[in-house]
Amino acid sequence: MTSENPIWALISIFGLMSLFAVGGAAAAVPEMHRIAVDVHHWMTDKQFADAYAIAQLSPGPNVLIVTLIGYAVAGIPGALAATLAMCLPTALLAYFVSRLLNRPSQSRWPGLIQAALVPLSIGLMAASALILAQSTDRTIAALLLTATVALIASVSRINPLWLLLAGGLLGFAGIV
Amino acid sequence: MSPDSAPAAQEPDIPAAVHGLPPSLWALFLAFARMSLAGFGGVLVFARRAIVEQHRWMTADEFNETFALCHFLPGPNIVNLSMVFGSRLRGIAGGVAAFAGLLLPPTLIMTVLAIIYARFGDVDVLRRSLAGISCAAVGLLIAVVFRMMTPLLKRMDAAALILMLAVFTAIGVLRLPLRAVLLVAIPLSIGVTSLMRRKVAA
Repeated sequence: MTSENPIWALISIFGLMSLFAVGGAAAAVPEMHRIAVDVHHWMTDKQFADAYAIAQLSPGPNVLIVTLIGYAVAGIPGALAATLAMCLPTALLAYFVSRLLNRPSQSRWPGLIQAALVPLSIGLMAASALILAQSTDRTIAALLLTATVALIASVSRINPLWLLLAGGLLGFAGIV
Repeated sequence: MSPDSAPAAQEPDIPAAVHGLPPSLWALFLAFARMSLAGFGGVLVFARRAIVEQHRWMTADEFNETFALCHFLPGPNIVNLSMVFGSRLRGIAGGVAAFAGLLLPPTLIMTVLAIIYARFGDVDVLRRSLAGISCAAVGLLIAVVFRMMTPLLKRMDAAALILMLAVFTAIGVLRLPLRAVLLVAIPLSIGVTSLMRRKVAA
């Protein structure tokens, strides 16, 4: 598996990793840390923690932490290669599976399976919200902020960006 | 009437895409670029808002089913969703347009940030602001979970709500391993859904 060219290493590692990342990008972060810091020494522990923070802070899917890892390994081509390797194969897989399930047919299974996954998916999302809340909300102020945002976003149609901005300002001011 | 279309009849939100023309490739690209650039701390919140509430490209139920599928397939689920969603409206070209819209702008931003970080390498101010943003992002996630629940609540779908609660408790509270929980929950949910549909059809 070890190839001379770092681009190929990035493509094979992240391409393979994405195929095992069931349940979203957050589930793959520990594995990314192991590969990038412990196995290949592409980054230090602090660099990885900073990359994680930057990926959370910037817009876009949080999986784009791989863009930063790719950049650390091989500059701009590395950033692009890592991003595509992490995102494209599974997106194509999802495309084919979805087409298979939505093909007009007499079978009642595809619709049944998709409907059966809905409550499990929502339950999982709720669980990750709880787990995230437990790791982020360590102070009363932080807990209050989360609860207030959840309430406002549930009952109003305010653009969520304003709520994130308010959170960022409170954090910047050192309140939460 | 097939059991599949029964819930849709009670759902007041009829997606515009069903009646009107599907959006152009450029419109798909732009819509996904916009939700991606708004998506600090996760894109799901903005994706549901744009697809279900603003553009009405899908009903709440269709969105739940599409997201659930992408959630259980490997890979980043919002990226999967862009490809699946785009291709449902405009074929594979639509899938690629949505995929590119979702990834291209933030990848460029991220690359610029990587260059800045390599030069200066101190993100303490960023990290402090991030702490506040994360708290708000968790709040938004809680709200989107509630919104995704509403179709189940409206239908008083007791079986689905119990399954949802069970998965939430197993993973979120008891912290059981994901694989073991899904190994039990997926066959159980398929069995229950199948039984319920047979009852509705009978």
